[in-house]
Amino acid sequence: MSSQLTWKFVLILIVILVCLFGIFGMNQNGPTFPTSGAVLKQNLADRIRLGLDLRGGSHLVLQVQVEEAIGQRCDQAIDQLHKQIRDKKIITGEIRRVDDSHILVRDVDPNTSGAFRDLVNNQFTDWSLSPAAGEQNGYLLTMKPSVMADFGKDAMDQSIEVITRRINALGLTEPTIAFTGRGADEILVELPGEGDPTRAKSVIQAGGQLQYNLLADDQTYPSQIAALAAHGGVLPPGSMIVPGSSEAAVPSDQQQVYYILDRAPIITGQDMRGATPEPSTSYPGQYDVKFTLSTAAAARFGPFTESNIGHRMAIVLDSKVHTAPTIQGRIDDSGVITGNFSQQSAQDLSLVLRAGALPASIKYLEERTVGPSLGADSIRAGVRASLGSIIVVMIFLVIYYRLSGVNAVVALILNLLILVAFMAYVGAVLTLPGIAGVILTIGMGVDSNVLVFERIREELRAGKAPAAAVEVGFDRAFLTIIDTHVTTIVSAVFLFLFGTGPVRGFAITLVIGLIANVFTSIYVSRAIFDFHLSRMDRQEQLSI
Amino acid sequence: MELFRNVNVDWMGKAKYFVAVSLILLAVGWASVARNHWSLNYGIDFRGGTLVYVRFSSAPPLDKIRKGLADAGLPNSSIQQISDISDPSSKNDVVIGLEQQGQGDEALDAGKQKIVDILHNSFGGGEAGKSDFNSITPADLAAYLTQKDPLGLGTNAGDRYNQLAQKLTGARDTSYGGIVSNFDQLKSVDGVTPGVLNSLSSGFSLGDFTIRNVDIVGPKVGAQLRRQAILATLYALGGMLVYIAFRFEWVYGAAAVIAVFHDVLITLGFFSLFHYEISLTVIAALLTLVGYSMNDTIVIFDRVRENLRLMKREPFADIVNKSINQTLSRTILTSGLTFLTVLVLYLMGGEVLRAFAFAMVVGVVVGTYSSFGIAAPIVVLWNKYRGSQGSPVRSGSAAGKREAAVARR
Repeated sequence: MSSQLTWKFVLILIVILVCLFGIFGMNQNGPTFPTSGAVLKQNLADRIRLGLDLRGGSHLVLQVQVEEAIGQRCDQAIDQLHKQIRDKKIITGEIRRVDDSHILVRDVDPNTSGAFRDLVNNQFTDWSLSPAAGEQNGYLLTMKPSVMADFGKDAMDQSIEVITRRINALGLTEPTIAFTGRGADEILVELPGEGDPTRAKSVIQAGGQLQYNLLADDQTYPSQIAALAAHGGVLPPGSMIVPGSSEAAVPSDQQQVYYILDRAPIITGQDMRGATPEPSTSYPGQYDVKFTLSTAAAARFGPFTESNIGHRMAIVLDSKVHTAPTIQGRIDDSGVITGNFSQQSAQDLSLVLRAGALPASIKYLEERTVGPSLGADSIRAGVRASLGSIIVVMIFLVIYYRLSGVNAVVALILNLLILVAFMAYVGAVLTLPGIAGVILTIGMGVDSNVLVFERIREELRAGKAPAAAVEVGFDRAFLTIIDTHVTTIVSAVFLFLFGTGPVRGFAITLVIGLIANVFTSIYVSRAIFDFHLSRMDRQEQLSI
Repeated sequence: MELFRNVNVDWMGKAKYFVAVSLILLAVGWASVARNHWSLNYGIDFRGGTLVYVRFSSAPPLDKIRKGLADAGLPNSSIQQISDISDPSSKNDVVIGLEQQGQGDEALDAGKQKIVDILHNSFGGGEAGKSDFNSITPADLAAYLTQKDPLGLGTNAGDRYNQLAQKLTGARDTSYGGIVSNFDQLKSVDGVTPGVLNSLSSGFSLGDFTIRNVDIVGPKVGAQLRRQAILATLYALGGMLVYIAFRFEWVYGAAAVIAVFHDVLITLGFFSLFHYEISLTVIAALLTLVGYSMNDTIVIFDRVRENLRLMKREPFADIVNKSINQTLSRTILTSGLTFLTVLVLYLMGGEVLRAFAFAMVVGVVVGTYSSFGIAAPIVVLWNKYRGSQGSPVRSGSAAGKREAAVARR
C-alpha cells in the first residue's frame, strides 16, 4: 500500500471515530464511555434531539399586538401635552388621538403658536411636528418611525421575557421561546411533552395588568348609558367607565355591570412584591389571591386608604373590574383579590402577577399539538421505513455490482454515520420531514455510486485496464456528482432560508447528507478501490 | 449483472409522443382541478382551520360524531377515518376537520374545544368526578401518585413516583397506542404493584378516546405560509437556473427548469385527482422531486456536454440520443432504486408521511421521464432553431472545456 493511500485510510478512520464519539460517546454530562447497552442508548437519546412531531408536544405561534403598546405611548404623550400646554399658557382647541401614532392639535392660537412649536420640538423629541392638512392653525404630531420601531422592539423583548418567566413558573420542561423569524411581531413557544396546552395558553395570554382605582361615585350601574345619565350625560373629569361583573357566590349569578372610576390608579402591578393563592374567607371552597406591596407603594397606600374609609375601591385586572369592595380600614402593605377563583385559577393569577404584565395583548395564530403516542408511532414508522429501504437498496447493490457493491454499501453506511454525527454535534433537530431528508440522502448516495460504477463498466468495455478504468470513471463521475449535488444543495439552502418548520428540517438533513455523500462516494469509495487495485493481479478482472 | 448494454434508441425522434403523453397527464390531473372550481386541495396549513386527530378504543360510529357536530352548529366539518400505521386494519382513528371560523377575534381554539366537548357528550369521558387516565400528563400523574403514596414510601419517595408516572404514561403511549382500556394492561410495567393498580383504578377512569394530534392554523398564517412556500420554490428554481446556466448554457438551464415545472404541475394535478391534501410537508416533497428531476436532467446534459467535444461532426440530435442511451443504465437503476425507496415510504411510513410519499412516487416517475422526454427535446429544438439562424449552440461554457480535457484522457 502506498503511503498516500495509508494516509487516506488514517483520515477516514479519524472521521469514523469522531463520528462514533459524537453519537455514542457523550451525553448531557459530557464525555461518557458507553460501558453497557443502557448507557449507549442513553447517550444516543441525549445526543439526537427530536422535534416536537417525533417526541410529542405543543407548538404555539402568537402575535404581540405591538400597536397597542405604541398606542399607550400615544395616550401618555397626550396626557403630558395637556399638562404642559396648561402650564405654558398655550391656547389650543381639541387635542385628539388620530391613531396609534398620530396626534392632532386643533386651533392653536396664532399668538402662542411659537411657544407651542418650541414645546413640541424641545420636550416631545419622539414626535415630529407638521401643519395638519385641511386645518387652519392645526398641527399634526407624528411619532418618528425610528422611535416607533424602538417601542415595538422593546414591547417584543419585554413580551418574550414575561412569557419566559411565566412558563418557567409553570414548571414545564425544556420550553423554547423565541422569535419565529416570520413576522417581527410573532413569537414561537414550543413545549415538548405537553399534550394539552390549554392551561399554558391561558397563562401566557393573561394580560396581568392589575391596578386599584377609586370609584368616582361609589355606585354600580347596569349599563353604560345608565352610568352616563347619572351624571347628566357627561363623565366627571378625570374618570372613565369600566365594565365588571357583580359579586355573587356562584359564578353563574354574576351579571355585567359598569363602574365609573378615577382615571389615575392608586397602585399598579409594578408596586407588587409578591402574590400567593389562599383559601377564601368569605366564600368557602373558593380561593383568593393575596399580595404584598413594595415599601414605597405601602407608604402611599396606607395614608390613602385611611383617608378614604367608607369609599369603594375597584380592583381592575386587564381593563375589567374584578371586585369593588368598600374600604373598611387602613391597609398598609398587603391586599387581597377576591372573586370566584378556583385553586388553579388563583394559582395561575398569582403566577401571572409575580411574573409581571405583558406590554400588549396577545393573539394566537397557530397551535399544533402532537400527542406523545402519535410521536412514538411516527418515530417507529419513520425508522422502520428508512431501515427497510436502506436494506432493500443495499441487497440490490451487492447483487448487481458484486464486490464493488459491497464498497458502495460501506460508503452508504459511512454517509449515514456522518449525517447523524453532524446533527448531534451541531444540535440540529430531527423531525419527520428530516427522516424523509435522510431517505433522500440515501437515494442520492446510491445515485453517486451508480454513476461511478456505470462509468467504470463503460471504460472497461472500451478496453481499458482496471486501474485506468477506475481512474477515469471517478474523474468523469466527479464532475457530474458535483453538478448534481451543488444544484440540490443550492435549492436546499433556499428552502432553509425561505421555508418554515418542516421544510427547514428537511433542508438541514438534506444539505448535511449531500455534503457527507460527496466525501463518501468519491473519497472513501475511491480509497477502497485503490486499496483493492493495489493488491490485485495484473490479469485479474475487477469485480463490478 | 448487467441489465442494459448498447442501447440504441432514437429518443429525439419520439419527442412528439413524449409531449403528447405529458399533455395527457396534465389534462387528466388538471381536469380534476377544474372540476374542483380551479382550486387546489389545500390542507389546513395553507387554508387555515382546525384538525383534530382522535383515537377511539373501538371503531366509532361516524354517524354519531357527524350528528353531534351538526347539532353543535358545525355541519360543514369533515370526518375522515384513517388507518393506523401499526395496525392497518384498525378503524379506530378519526380525523375531524373544521373550516376556519370567521376572521374575527374569537379564540383560535374555540373549534377544538367544541369538538372535544361534543366527543365527551357523545361518548362520555369516563366516570364523573374522575380524571381520564388516557389523557393525563406524566406530571399530573406523578402528583397524584405522590399524594396517594400507594408504595408507602412516605417522605422517602424522592423521584420514585416521577419515574413510575413516566413509565406508566410511556407504556400507555408506546405499547397501547395512547389508549388503555383496562388497568390490568399496566400490570407488567416495571415497578407497578397491585397497590398502585388499585390506586389508579380508584382515582381514574378510562375514557373511550384520546386526542392524538391537534393542528390549528389561523387564516392569516395560512395565507402567509402559502406565500412563503411559493416564494421558497421560486427562489430555489431561480437558484438552480443560475447555477446550470453558469455550468452549461442558459438554454440548458431554461430547459431543466421548464422540465421540473412540468413535473410539479403534473404532480399537483395527480394530488387533486387522488384527493390528497397539500400540506407543508408535501411542499417539502415537491421541492425534493424538483431536486431529483433536476439531478436526472443534469446527468444527461453533462453527458451531452462531454459528447459534444468528442463528436464534432454528428448532428446535435444524434449526440443527445447517444448521451441518453449511454446514461440509460444509470437512469433506470437510480430511478428504480429511488422509486423502491419512496414506495417503501408510501407503504410503511404511516399516515403522516402518506401524502409526502405519494408526491415522491409520482414525482420520481415523472421526473425521470421529463429529463429525456421534455428537457432534452427543448435543447434539441432550440439548437435546430439556432441552426436555421446560422449559429447553433454546440459547445458548453468554459467549464465544458475542462471536462473535455478530462474526457480525452
